[in-house]
Amino acid sequence: MNRLPLIIISFWIFGLLVVYLLNLDPNLMQLDEILSRPSLDAFFGRDDYGRSILVRLIEGFKNSIEIILVVSVISCSFGVFIGTVSGYLGGKFDRVVSFIINLFMSFPGILLAIAFAAMLSPGKYNLILALSIGGWVGYARLSRGQTLLVKNYDFVKASHTMGASGLWVIGRHIIPSLTTPLLVEATYAFAGLIIAEASLSFLGLGLQAPEASWGSMMRDSVRYLLVSPHYAFFVGVSIMSIVYCINSAGDYMHRYWNIKIDQKEAL
Amino acid sequence: MLNKIIFVIFQVLGIYAIIFLLLHLIPGDPIQVMLGDSASIADQDKLRSQLGLDKPIVVQFITSLSKAIQGDFGDSIIKQTPVLNQLLSAVKNTYLLAITSLFIAISFGLMAGVMAAKHHNRFLDRIIMNASILFISIPHFFLGPLLILIFSIWLGWFPVNGMDSPIAIILPAFTLALGMIAIIAKLTRNCMLELIDSDVVRTARAKGLGEWTILIQHTFRLVLIPIISIIGMQFGSLLSGAVITETIFSWNGLGMLLVDSIQTRDYTVTQGCIFIIAISYVLINIFTDLIYKFVDPRLKVGKLE
Repeated sequence: MNRLPLIIISFWIFGLLVVYLLNLDPNLMQLDEILSRPSLDAFFGRDDYGRSILVRLIEGFKNSIEIILVVSVISCSFGVFIGTVSGYLGGKFDRVVSFIINLFMSFPGILLAIAFAAMLSPGKYNLILALSIGGWVGYARLSRGQTLLVKNYDFVKASHTMGASGLWVIGRHIIPSLTTPLLVEATYAFAGLIIAEASLSFLGLGLQAPEASWGSMMRDSVRYLLVSPHYAFFVGVSIMSIVYCINSAGDYMHRYWNIKIDQKEAL
Repeated sequence: MLNKIIFVIFQVLGIYAIIFLLLHLIPGDPIQVMLGDSASIADQDKLRSQLGLDKPIVVQFITSLSKAIQGDFGDSIIKQTPVLNQLLSAVKNTYLLAITSLFIAISFGLMAGVMAAKHHNRFLDRIIMNASILFISIPHFFLGPLLILIFSIWLGWFPVNGMDSPIAIILPAFTLALGMIAIIAKLTRNCMLELIDSDVVRTARAKGLGEWTILIQHTFRLVLIPIISIIGMQFGSLLSGAVITETIFSWNGLGMLLVDSIQTRDYTVTQGCIFIIAISYVLINIFTDLIYKFVDPRLKVGKLE
């Protein structure tokens, strides 16, 4: 594995530790240093309210990871539940579920999130809801496909013959077979969610001021592009660095386990 | 084919239903949001009956659906003009942008991919592959300002935003295209490398054909099939990426219209925009399936299911 992602991720985790150990306030304003250049006092410079960009970026990292972890847990558990049950039961229920899955797949997820976030009042919980509403589909499709495959394995059929209940088969045979592909799917989804969350905040539909989030920082920084290009640069590079890390982690796992996840396999 | 058409019709109906339900079942009164807290009850009731929001939800759904089928997406709440007119001009601009960037992405992506495959595991290949990992990770809302900063402000080659001059399309188109260039390049390279060991290529080599003839005439044509499918998929994400890109570059397309309508709470326009983007998605999928048939005569569209 490339060493760069590890360095980047340790930078962020180290930053998080430092901010919490030193109890730095991301909203601390220094009005005489508005939009100042990077200095020893604030490594990445200061924003339009004179707040340290680095501290706010670290705070934004924390917020974003927090939100996306919750979204991932919600959409993964819901998706896996729907996918395995519908794959296992088959029949009419499965047909309805796969129609709904196809429906959601024929729809850009970010658009759904934008529409949803726009209609709700902006805030943390509605942001989580908006991102989860399209997020479960990928997991559901994956686990449904895997269930259809595993259901017909001989050992599963044998366990059935010996009187195993459906719940046992799902919990004991299907879910364990799902863990690796799910982990890879979740990793790629995580990268997508970071961008989606930032996009929503960029459009003003995410976390509200004064809470730090990468998307809203990006929006603010674009306004001062002419005066202080370093602001936009640091915010952009931060987002990119994390997305890059997560994508390479996904690629690594992908190669390590040699899993085929339909379209991504070719990439 | 008939199955496919029926599925698509249901798909479109389903999408319409999802959007409709999303916008109508969400807690909170759109009327109150539109008029603000200070509006009188009489005003609220007037607007509500004007929009038909006082009827039961099933009735609302059926009337709006039957109107939508006739191309009537209602009137914009803010501008009081038919939404359809706004949508049509926006669609034109968005498609202009999307197709331009698609063109850029395909030409640069294929070129880079073929070059990387040709120089497999050598310097050029590494550069192209590392650059594509980088390009995939750049979000649109960072790439856009970055390009503006470099090419408009520092170099002064292109206008910062707007769509007055014909070259104004270049920066937004590249913003949209860069991630896709990377994806196409990666895919082209990997597919070509897989084919290099195949019988087709070995036979061609045994016949004594030149390296470039093998590359272009034998492998490249086989590579086209997965690439078309990825382009079909990516065109959809191009449309959703347009939302951010158009906002950055003030490009009067669907994305800008969508964001504006969200900010002004003009929910009939929001609904129309989302529906149009979703429909485009569906149409592109059908179109991709049809192109398959021409590229690869072994596939008959009906048997794809």
